[in-house]
Amino acid sequence: MTGLRFTKDHEYLRIEGDTAVVGITDFAQQQLGDIVFVDLPKVGKKVTKGSELAVIESVKAASEVYAPVTGEVIEVNAELGEKPALVNESPLDGGWLVKLRVATPDETASLMDEDGYASFLKTL
Amino acid sequence: MTAQPNPENAPLSALPLDALHRARGARMAPFAGYDMPLQYAAGIVSETLHTRQKAGLFDVSHMGQAILAGAGAARALESLAPADLVGLAPGRTRYTQLLNDKGGILDDLMVTRLPGVEERLLLVVNASRKADDFALIRERLPQFDLLVLNRALIAVQGPRAASVLGALLPGAEDLPFLAWQAFEQGPASVFVSRSGYTGEDGFEISLRPENAEGFVTALLDNGDVGLAGLGARDALRLEAGLPLYGHDLDETTDPVEAGLAWSIGKRRRAEGGFPGFARISAGLRDGPARLRVGLLPMSKAPVREGAMLITPNGEVVGHVTSGGFSPTLQRPIAMGYVARSHAQTGAQLATDLRGTRVQLDVARLPFVAHRYFKPREAA
Repeated sequence: MTGLRFTKDHEYLRIEGDTAVVGITDFAQQQLGDIVFVDLPKVGKKVTKGSELAVIESVKAASEVYAPVTGEVIEVNAELGEKPALVNESPLDGGWLVKLRVATPDETASLMDEDGYASFLKTL
Repeated sequence: MTAQPNPENAPLSALPLDALHRARGARMAPFAGYDMPLQYAAGIVSETLHTRQKAGLFDVSHMGQAILAGAGAARALESLAPADLVGLAPGRTRYTQLLNDKGGILDDLMVTRLPGVEERLLLVVNASRKADDFALIRERLPQFDLLVLNRALIAVQGPRAASVLGALLPGAEDLPFLAWQAFEQGPASVFVSRSGYTGEDGFEISLRPENAEGFVTALLDNGDVGLAGLGARDALRLEAGLPLYGHDLDETTDPVEAGLAWSIGKRRRAEGGFPGFARISAGLRDGPARLRVGLLPMSKAPVREGAMLITPNGEVVGHVTSGGFSPTLQRPIAMGYVARSHAQTGAQLATDLRGTRVQLDVARLPFVAHRYFKPREAA
């Protein structure tokens, strides 16, 4: 059990105390291909579940990342400014996008766990 | 994350090399009615760089190929396109456009005058336009035979392309730029044109679908050759400042504002006899109202197609028609149309990118210098 939760839009969320680390999955970074820029929100931004959280620019297109839960952005991964390819290289670790203070912890329950996400990927 | 767009719900045609692409790790995507390799495992950046450094191999079998045959075919095709086709020597290829009555571009294409006594023109047109192109030609030039070819089309592009292809088809490496030759390979004829769409030296090779896999496999056995998909092709052509139909060219743009006046022959400028001559002639004489230009965004984020271009006063003077990230230059690049008053190199424009103002400087095209093969002139 890793404590990871996943959306059908291929965001992940990792609970660390009262905060959640948000990024995109390995499947998502593979789909996007070479990532050249990540447009991150400002610290303090409040997002609702499903609203736009960030934009990831690959060589070929811009793709939106949606907030997996409602909350407030308390930190962004500044390293991506110089090294956006970290999202390709290490989506679950060095390539995380933002940390959220989760407003309604119940929302995480509706997200898929690792096994659920693995099964979901097989349906695509 | 946004789902990958899949705008085309119609059944997709498969390329003759579909199985080879999948076996070699292609990610396929719908494009112009075909299931096309968008990229392979190496990815768009590395496929682009490999093409610039060695040789990239592209499957462009989705494009339309046809032969227009009959005495007077070149003269007749000049009624639809502004290039000097009558003056095209046998075995030579020229770039031109099919025009509507207002001089707008219906498609851009390559025309080769095939060698031989009979007058035959080989046409290579865009996949997205081929059905309309061929219908137009049949309707407007009914006295000629238009034979649509069912052949695979492979592009080998990059500084090693000539040595790689020459090893399989001796003599191909000596073809001049925009020359065409048929090579016999067993019982089948392989058409080779020294041309392409990356800005690099390279070749387009047309061959029978059943021979394509063997030929491509033999090319790929050479360590200098790497498969490259549509994503790399788009990055390369944007770096090379080459316009793409449906993006930088459409029925509203004429060849002069598109920066393609060089493709209109001297005789044609004087004589006319092609659709939209009045507009094109005025554009050649007075300069067009707007021009296709290069744009360098002063941002780390790419500026994409559709972005409006504004002056420091907020006046809209153009828009972006192609934009992305240049793997070669490691920065965003773009092309677009700009009012002539703001089209000089160095002019500063701006756009709004997700609520942030981004400066774009008008830049000379191409972003990456062309390296077409031009044999040294005899001393």
